Amino acid sequence: MREFVASRWGVRAGSVLAVVLLLVVAPSMLSVFSLGLLGKFICFAIVAVGIGLAWGRGGMLTLGQGVFFGLGAYIMAMHMKLADASLFGGTGVPDFMSLYGSGDVPGWWEPFRSPAVTLLAVALVPGLVALLLGLAVFKRRVKGAYFAILSQALAAAFAVLLIGQQATTGGSNGLSGFRSFFGFDLQDPANKVMLYSIAVIVLLMMMAAARQLMHSRFGELLVAVRDQEERVRFLGYDPATVKTVVYVLAAAMAGIAGALFVPIVGIVSPADVGVVPSIAFLIGVAIGGRATLLGPVLGALGVAVAQTSLASSFPSFWVYFQGLLFVLVIGFLPGGVASVPRALANLLKQGARTEADRSTGAFSAKSGVPQRAPDGLDVSTGPIREEASR
Amino acid sequence: MRSPFLLSPDEPKAGGLPAGQHHYLKIRNLSVVFDGFVAVDKVNLDVSQGDLRFLIGPNGAGKTTVIDAITGLVPASGSVNHTGTEILGRKVHQIARLGVGRTFQTASVFENLSVLQNLDIAAGSGRRALELLRRRRKTEPAVEEAMELVGLGHLAEKQAGVLSHGQKQWLEIGMLLVQNSDLLLLDEPIAGMSQDERIETGQLLRKIGASRITLVIEHDMDFVREFATSVTVLAAGKVLSEGSVAEVQADRRVQEVYLGSAKEGGE
Ligand SMILES: Nc1ncnc2c1ncn2[C@@H]1O[C@H](COP(=O)(O)OP(=O)(O)OP(=O)(O)O)[C@@H](O)[C@H]1O
Ligand SMILES: [Mg+2]
Repeated sequence: MREFVASRWGVRAGSVLAVVLLLVVAPSMLSVFSLGLLGKFICFAIVAVGIGLAWGRGGMLTLGQGVFFGLGAYIMAMHMKLADASLFGGTGVPDFMSLYGSGDVPGWWEPFRSPAVTLLAVALVPGLVALLLGLAVFKRRVKGAYFAILSQALAAAFAVLLIGQQATTGGSNGLSGFRSFFGFDLQDPANKVMLYSIAVIVLLMMMAAARQLMHSRFGELLVAVRDQEERVRFLGYDPATVKTVVYVLAAAMAGIAGALFVPIVGIVSPADVGVVPSIAFLIGVAIGGRATLLGPVLGALGVAVAQTSLASSFPSFWVYFQGLLFVLVIGFLPGGVASVPRALANLLKQGARTEADRSTGAFSAKSGVPQRAPDGLDVSTGPIREEASR
Repeated sequence: MRSPFLLSPDEPKAGGLPAGQHHYLKIRNLSVVFDGFVAVDKVNLDVSQGDLRFLIGPNGAGKTTVIDAITGLVPASGSVNHTGTEILGRKVHQIARLGVGRTFQTASVFENLSVLQNLDIAAGSGRRALELLRRRRKTEPAVEEAMELVGLGHLAEKQAGVLSHGQKQWLEIGMLLVQNSDLLLLDEPIAGMSQDERIETGQLLRKIGASRITLVIEHDMDFVREFATSVTVLAAGKVLSEGSVAEVQADRRVQEVYLGSAKEGGE
């Protein structure tokens, strides 16, 4: 079974099945409203693919993906606002700006009038921010825990910044009330199905890209960096570069997801980009199995579905339940649900196996390259050497 | 382009290769200080290509710290010259790219990757981005050769984490070889090995040492006697003695230091 899933035919069969289910079955079975919900979940799944690479394969606890998601989302929202204003109002000034501000479009909005600039920027701007952040953090060998805290703080700061800019970003209301998407009427159900289909296709493309990366030499190197960052240096690689590349990729994926989220959901506000959504992105990935390809996607979808059905009936309960689930998975099932089949198989095998053939030579626990805890949550690299006794 | 031949037909000799252009390691006044504690004290050391030099000394003598300083892991003063290039003060990965490779006292391989993947990564620091983004289709000849040389050819697809302690050490040596380093620094490569494994490792070291600059830290004097072509003795951070095994063993000061530390319960 495992072999089949991993084989070329397994991948092909799986892809065909996914395409049929998501692109043919779902649109014909679901209402337009449900399809919109599924489309929103698909956007979260795209973020999850990136987190799976950066965290699962690269060991970077990306606690601030909401920032990149938000950058992509707000850039798309700005474009749609400007386009709507030109199409329907004729003034070229978005409605809320005349309400809360001077009625002038700020200079930094202007580039996003162009559809081409917008499409590029939703991936490039988050990527660039991640590049600067990654270089600053990883080149200086900032320890993993600090990286996580830093990204988290960035997400918090980003949300605060957006809330404070009522006149230019819509403040805590965010941006909403979009009527068109690149000239397509957003009221038209056919266009909603099209938007959903675009999200599905983008997700599948991102998964294909992630799969290629995982199986490439770079993917092997990434795992080596995750497990033993210091050791990799002695082979002539700069781990900071490897990590930055993947971090940028994950950021670009989050940005693209954000850009799709806006036309599908119809609103983006600071509540979609701050600390809480950043953590929520992570939870699905952890539950699904962060080091696998399918785990993050299925985990993100599963958590989103559960959240939608549970959170409406027991809103406060859901938050605690989510936190508890996260802790339990990290503590007892670091490989996520994806690791359950293998864990069960190992358990069965272990029963049949004797201890004798597992014996290893004596280890001297002396100096050497520090080993990172395999679960990847303990993200500190630790001192190069243990404090040696004098 | 890497030459497909990891080995030269010669044997290592004291003083290194007889003629031609030598690669060499020239260390002058190397000092490492940890918060006021002098772990390495103005060490001078010369090793030529083709010499299989052993670095011995009691526990805490500073042997590992010397290698740490050469490879950029700890800050040091003085000069480390590798065949005309000053390497002190550079970053770890830059030094590695200048052909300096090392192993660790505790074998450190990538446990979640296969033997083949470990070697492939070690061989690849010069690869271009496009090459990195592709899948590994075939095994590079040097990787294949190294795998056979260190006796892990039949374990290519095995996860490095399940290898025995000795096999991990061999894998590390294999990684050094494909890394294409001409200066090899091995920190206690036979620690924890069985007698048979020690002999195999010794023979391997003689094979690879014939064409490279090799510095091996070792405690086991029987092993040193059998395989070293020259020896440097380090004690309390200083070079105490240097020469052939016989010369060093005849040195009074070496005997004192060694017997003293052996009584305290070293090896
Ligand atoms: N990072 C460090 N900080 C402080 N002191 C250190 C550090 N590394 C090593 N030392 C000290 O420097 C001295 C030399 O240590 P080193 O590990 O180089 O000895 P060694 O010759 O390799 O010993 P062994 O044979 O036990 O491996 C020791 O006294 C050790 O305690
Ligand atoms: Mg040592």
